[in-house]
Amino acid sequence: MDERGPLLLIVDDEPQLCRYLRTILSNQKYRVMDAGSAREGESLAASHKPDLILLDLGLPDMDGMCLTKKLREWYRGPIIVISARGQESDKIQALDFGANDYLTKPFGTGELLARIRVALRQNRSENSDGSEPFFAWANVHVNLAAREVQLDGVVVHLTPNEFNLLSILVRHAGKVLTHRQLLHEVWGGQPGAQPHYLRVYMAQLRHKLEKDPARPRHLLTELGVGYRLKVD
Amino acid sequence: MNLQEEEARKNRARLKIFFGAAPGVGKTYAMLLETQKLMLEGAEVVAGVVETHGRAETNALTCGLEYLPKKTLPYRGIFLEEFDLEAALKRKPKLILMDELAHTNVQGSLHAKRWQDVWDLLDASIDVFTTVNVQHLETLRDVVAQITGIAVKETIPDTILQRADEIELVDIPVEELQERLSEGKVYVPEQARHAIDRFFRKGNLLALRELALRRTAELVDADMRRYMSSQGITHTWAAGARLLVCVGPGPDSANLVRATKRMAESMGAPWIAAYVETIRHWRYSEKERAQLEENLRLAERLGGETVVLQGDLSLTDDLVALAHARNVTRIIVGKTRRPRWMDFFCGSIIGDLVRKSGDIQIHIISSEETKEPSEGDTKTKTPIAVPQRSFRYSWTHFIWSASVVLIATGIAGLLDRRLGFQMADTAMIYVLAILIVAAQMGLWPSVLASLMSILAFDFFFVPPLHAFAVNDFRHLGTFAVMFAVGIVIGNLTERLRAQMKLARTREHRTLALLKLSGDLVRSAGSAPLIESAVCNVATQFQAKVAIFLPDEHGRLKSTTPEAGAIFKQDELAVAQWAFDHHEAAGLSTDTLPGAKALHLPLTGSKSVLGVMAILPEGVPRWAEPDQRFLLEAFANQTALAVERVSLAEQRIQAQRQADREQLRNALLSSVSHDLRTPLSGITGATSALLGDSEDLSKDAKRDLLETIHENGLQLQRLVTNLLDITKLESGSLTVKKDWIPMEEVVGSALNRLETFLQGREVRVELPSGLPLVPMDPVLMEQVLVNLLENAHKYSPLTQPVEIKGWATEHLFTLCIADKGPGIPEGEEERIFEKLVRLERGERKPGAGLGLAICKGIVQAHGGWIQASNRPTGGAQFLVGIPLEGRAPSIPTEDVDG
Repeated sequence: MDERGPLLLIVDDEPQLCRYLRTILSNQKYRVMDAGSAREGESLAASHKPDLILLDLGLPDMDGMCLTKKLREWYRGPIIVISARGQESDKIQALDFGANDYLTKPFGTGELLARIRVALRQNRSENSDGSEPFFAWANVHVNLAAREVQLDGVVVHLTPNEFNLLSILVRHAGKVLTHRQLLHEVWGGQPGAQPHYLRVYMAQLRHKLEKDPARPRHLLTELGVGYRLKVD
Repeated sequence: MNLQEEEARKNRARLKIFFGAAPGVGKTYAMLLETQKLMLEGAEVVAGVVETHGRAETNALTCGLEYLPKKTLPYRGIFLEEFDLEAALKRKPKLILMDELAHTNVQGSLHAKRWQDVWDLLDASIDVFTTVNVQHLETLRDVVAQITGIAVKETIPDTILQRADEIELVDIPVEELQERLSEGKVYVPEQARHAIDRFFRKGNLLALRELALRRTAELVDADMRRYMSSQGITHTWAAGARLLVCVGPGPDSANLVRATKRMAESMGAPWIAAYVETIRHWRYSEKERAQLEENLRLAERLGGETVVLQGDLSLTDDLVALAHARNVTRIIVGKTRRPRWMDFFCGSIIGDLVRKSGDIQIHIISSEETKEPSEGDTKTKTPIAVPQRSFRYSWTHFIWSASVVLIATGIAGLLDRRLGFQMADTAMIYVLAILIVAAQMGLWPSVLASLMSILAFDFFFVPPLHAFAVNDFRHLGTFAVMFAVGIVIGNLTERLRAQMKLARTREHRTLALLKLSGDLVRSAGSAPLIESAVCNVATQFQAKVAIFLPDEHGRLKSTTPEAGAIFKQDELAVAQWAFDHHEAAGLSTDTLPGAKALHLPLTGSKSVLGVMAILPEGVPRWAEPDQRFLLEAFANQTALAVERVSLAEQRIQAQRQADREQLRNALLSSVSHDLRTPLSGITGATSALLGDSEDLSKDAKRDLLETIHENGLQLQRLVTNLLDITKLESGSLTVKKDWIPMEEVVGSALNRLETFLQGREVRVELPSGLPLVPMDPVLMEQVLVNLLENAHKYSPLTQPVEIKGWATEHLFTLCIADKGPGIPEGEEERIFEKLVRLERGERKPGAGLGLAICKGIVQAHGGWIQASNRPTGGAQFLVGIPLEGRAPSIPTEDVDG
């Protein structure tokens, strides 16, 4: 980590967007580089080792998903994918290939900065390798070690699958987890595990932990992609 | 002639004919002389065919002339050179020389005759110079044959002479011509030497020269008349003169047709050749029927209209009726060859006609039979096997006939002996026997019965008994009566039978046509229509049938794969010719008669729509005129039906196009408005911020920034909607269904609309225990977002928006309700149409696409969407999604695990 703030690499072929990102990110004391093509992005990433990569999926010379896959062969830092709406399958693929998060165009500045912060923090905590046993948001407290969840100080009873699901979301708080990733983590190799299992358990979790399950504040759905635990 | 015709005449390609009385008058020479003059003036001339026959003076005139290469065609083992029409059309000179107009092309050429090539050249706007002798004119063929005793094989239709813009008579005195012949200046093929000598007799030449002069004069006269009428000079002939010629099965009818043609031409009048199909038709021999068909075809070739009348009893009545119906001014009939006594008994047709015709003139023309050359006509006719239709007697008829007479004799003998019958009574028994035979078996058995009866009566009952002799001559009267009874009744039976047959044939024909038209009317769309037409014609004529329709470039394509398999490339080429020239081609026509199938153009009311190809299995069934007419009637009906369908299709296409156009325009105007409004907001606000931002207060700056933000969001929504509607319209929308809790989609939609809803209260009532719903979450979220935006836009901010969901066994229903002004009466359906924005209070931004998108998406899920007003005020939208298939189960787990 540099004294002058984390180094971000933007790979996007739209100069307008690059300029906008550069302006707001520089303002947040990030150092910014940008690349207009996948090839340029790859070489810049290799030469400068940025702390985070913002990657547009629609690049002229290479599929953004392929680039994610290639980068993931050696790059350990977080990758946030930027895509247009209606590319759900592309997003899922990028996430499955190792992207940490995604943003749908057009996105708000606040949203973008929050995602970048979360991604950098997560990366740090993963690198430090000491995952916290305690976790809290709003009125919810999770003790991963004791497998205990409290709402407003009252213990909430969760089934094993509910707890497993919650613990994975907690461990990757702020990050989008695809259906596939969640299914794999919770049900492991269990055959016949379907995406609707997830939906049902998520609904149950919301009913137990959200104030208004129809308008969740923290256990968020990324429609067609997966789920995310939003903490801040 | 009106101005347009005059104009068209001026612009079309020019045809000049060098016309002569006989070979050797110098037509080719005159043509080349004229050509040289034109070439000096710089005209582009190509020699298609020039026959100089190696003569030096003529050859000299060909210098500098470009020759079109000929094509070589194999013919009975040798190769013959022939004019290459395709090359000429490709070369497309200004003027082409085509010597010997009456020439018959080598087999395998596109056309049978050179004059057809010339016709094509003229159609392609190429001027043509050509030469022809008078004896080759179709209408003069019989006259020439009468004069010279030689039947000319190669003829040209007179229409080509009428088409000529200029006719130059190349004329030399007869003596000079004979001199030239003796000097060897006239080309004569060796094998024809003898015939030619006879041909060049002075008397012949004089007559031919007169013919040529007269013909030219007539044509000049026609030109004169045309000029007069075009200049508004009243013409000398009664307006609307029209000729009608009666055609029969005899060869003399052909001469009658030619005579009519000459007369019609000199009068400048149209003419009709009519054949009245009476019961006699069934008594004609095969040869006579073939001749009849040939006569009608001749009339067609000579430019006449042919009509086949379905005659009833009186031939003359039918003719006169036709004449009146068509405003015929003259009827031409041939001199009768019937003996007088027949007229006495059966009535004279001509006399009848004269009496009934009223003010119509009757021309009776001698139609002497000219001897046909043994080699036959210019055309080789395919042998026609017509199924024998006339009634055939078998020997059983005659045995029966004899038996009846024997029985009668027995009975008469018995009665004579027992009851003492008189001779007259006995005669009555025989008459009865004759009657029975005649009524049952027709003419010839009845003749036999009559004769046998007379003999038996004479032998057994008339004194002297047991001898073939008569004492009293009065008995001869009895015999005559017996014989007459036999003949009359037999004839009547015969007639009845023929009438029945005719009626049956007509019925069959009518039924066939009726069935076709019924089938055609019933078939919707062009494919079934073509199929039923093909099927009908195929069964009626026992042939393989295909219909070719043109593609957008006018190239014919087979409509079914089977047709493509049967009709190969060369047949398709014939079909293409028929299509391009609006004329029948192929088998039993004059163009490409070597083809295997007959190709009839399908002529609609405005244009030729396609071609019907008929490939007979065995001998063609349309050899007879009535069958040919039936076939053409079939083709016409099919053409009209094809036209009807294609017009309907065009109309639908045009309607669709117009609808699309209208939608696009509406979309464009609506979208351009909705795009410009937020954009101008953004540019205005940003320019204010960029300009004098120092002077702006903090609040003002914030206001401007909020404006930009809001406008940006609005643009975003619009673009999203546009993309969605485009996807829906283009059909590229794919629904990826999954079993999803509705709550999840509602939650996602509400989160997405967080800022948009500006803190409005949204009441969600989704009871626990609702089933999972099979749906595409992303698309369904869009439905919810649009409906919520709609509810938000059209209801006061203080009022809550409600979302409710419930499920029955097969249906999940979601209700989004607001407390706004509701939907105007009767607009509940229209509200889901594109670009419809109801006047509900103030105008709201949005292109009127949101609800259309909702409907599209819900329908893609197999569901429905309805709008209505709530009883308590405000609007509500109900979305129904079917719960198809089995909801997946979730494995239960140990709660304490």
